[in-house]
Amino acid sequence: MKVLSKIVNSRFAPAIVPILIVVIWQLLGQLGIISTRTLPTPLKVAEAGFSLAKSGQLFQYIGSSSARAFIGFAIGGGIGFALGLLNGLSNTANRLLDSSLQMIRNVPHLALIPLVIIWFGIGETAKIFLVVLGVFFPIYLNTLHGIRSIDPGLIEMAKVYGLRGRELYRHVIFPGAVSSILVGVRYALGFMWLTLIVAETISANSGIGYMAMNAREFMRLDVVVLAIIIYAVLGKLSDTAAKLLEQLLLKWHPNYAKR
Amino acid sequence: MSGHGIGARLLVQQVSKQFGQKKVLKGVELDIPPGQFVAIVGRSGCGKSTLLRLIAGLEEPTEGQLLLDDSAVSGIGEGTRMLFQDARLLPWKRCVDNVRIGVKMGDKAKALAALKQVGLEDRAGDWPGVLSGGQRQRVALARALAGEPRLLLLDEPLGALDALTRIDMQELIEKLWLEQRFTAVLVTHDVDEAVALADRVILIEDGVIALDVNITLDRPRERDNDFMYFEKLILDRILQRGDHESSPEAYSI
Repeated sequence: MKVLSKIVNSRFAPAIVPILIVVIWQLLGQLGIISTRTLPTPLKVAEAGFSLAKSGQLFQYIGSSSARAFIGFAIGGGIGFALGLLNGLSNTANRLLDSSLQMIRNVPHLALIPLVIIWFGIGETAKIFLVVLGVFFPIYLNTLHGIRSIDPGLIEMAKVYGLRGRELYRHVIFPGAVSSILVGVRYALGFMWLTLIVAETISANSGIGYMAMNAREFMRLDVVVLAIIIYAVLGKLSDTAAKLLEQLLLKWHPNYAKR
Repeated sequence: MSGHGIGARLLVQQVSKQFGQKKVLKGVELDIPPGQFVAIVGRSGCGKSTLLRLIAGLEEPTEGQLLLDDSAVSGIGEGTRMLFQDARLLPWKRCVDNVRIGVKMGDKAKALAALKQVGLEDRAGDWPGVLSGGQRQRVALARALAGEPRLLLLDEPLGALDALTRIDMQELIEKLWLEQRFTAVLVTHDVDEAVALADRVILIEDGVIALDVNITLDRPRERDNDFMYFEKLILDRILQRGDHESSPEAYSI
């Protein structure tokens, strides 16, 4: 019992379940309970990964997928933040823009794929455009909400102390909204990978989605599974990055302070 | 109280304030000489906080005008600082950086000096979230005084503190006021606090000044018979009691 509680409390505890799943998966595959034509074993997937890494193709694919993801994130996040800020600070802008934006928000952006292909063809622009759309709304909504929910008492205090314009923004409004904005960033990172996966499986000539679709044509199930795992790892990495950002920017917040 | 210090003179001339149909202040007339400590008391909803917000420039009077050293109050003036009931510290700034907001040009040494005045120089690097209520209010006081205000407005700043901390804070405010000689206007519902701190207590009732007494007690003030006399005088007036039915154990409303 002592050993068990020690394991549960160790810092590697979150890794236990994934490792267990991989081991069981390997055993089931090796014992022939799951046919390798349905699901290749983890070792086979790892082998495929090694050979793709050796040829350099794997890194090239990850590179081009990441580039799309982050360019889209920067553009969509930037626009979302700017509009959230504008609508948060100005009632006029909010009345003019917010209801239209809410209307567009309720259209699933992946439903636009046929339209996007006609507009932009199947090049980079189409994929980045979809990522921009996917990332925009979480950032927009949470920036707006963050600014709207700043304690009006703090803003009044800042006015008594002569803070206006840029100073008011720097000392009060942005730091007050940042925890909400970071929630938006985490959602947006999830949407970013999701959108990219779909966009890349439809049409691409590089990237992880392309790798998976290409492999399907040759029935290389090991590579397909590898692609799925890479997506999972990339998603986890960006979530960790967002968490680190929270710890850095919200040091003052008792809920986020390092324990 | 003579006006040798940095205090500002405040003139309130026939000021009325109306919110919608409701008249909150009706022709208030007040002359506060430089360096005086004035306490405004009254039941809740009598308009005392509104008067303070008008003086601060946070609201505009419907009628009449307010003069600060002969120039009209319009918007928030640089020489005026305000202490709110909740400390209103920015939780994302360490104490010293909160105080720096009150310092012209954000001079850190001045902010530390102000924190030292309120006895919190050792907490300069802490987040406001880890301080107690009294400590937060002291940081807010340091922030208000760091800019060397000519007029300090206090909007029930001690209302949320426990009784012992409140007495500490009263002594601190009195000490700093005696040192710096700014003009101070304190809004409170606690008559004991008003008599302990102020040179002059003003009672507002239904938007008009109902009572204006000078507290002619020596400082530091002891809670003795003379103190009780003033406290009873004001309380009886607030509660509309005749002398025959008063009960001296009532301390605050």
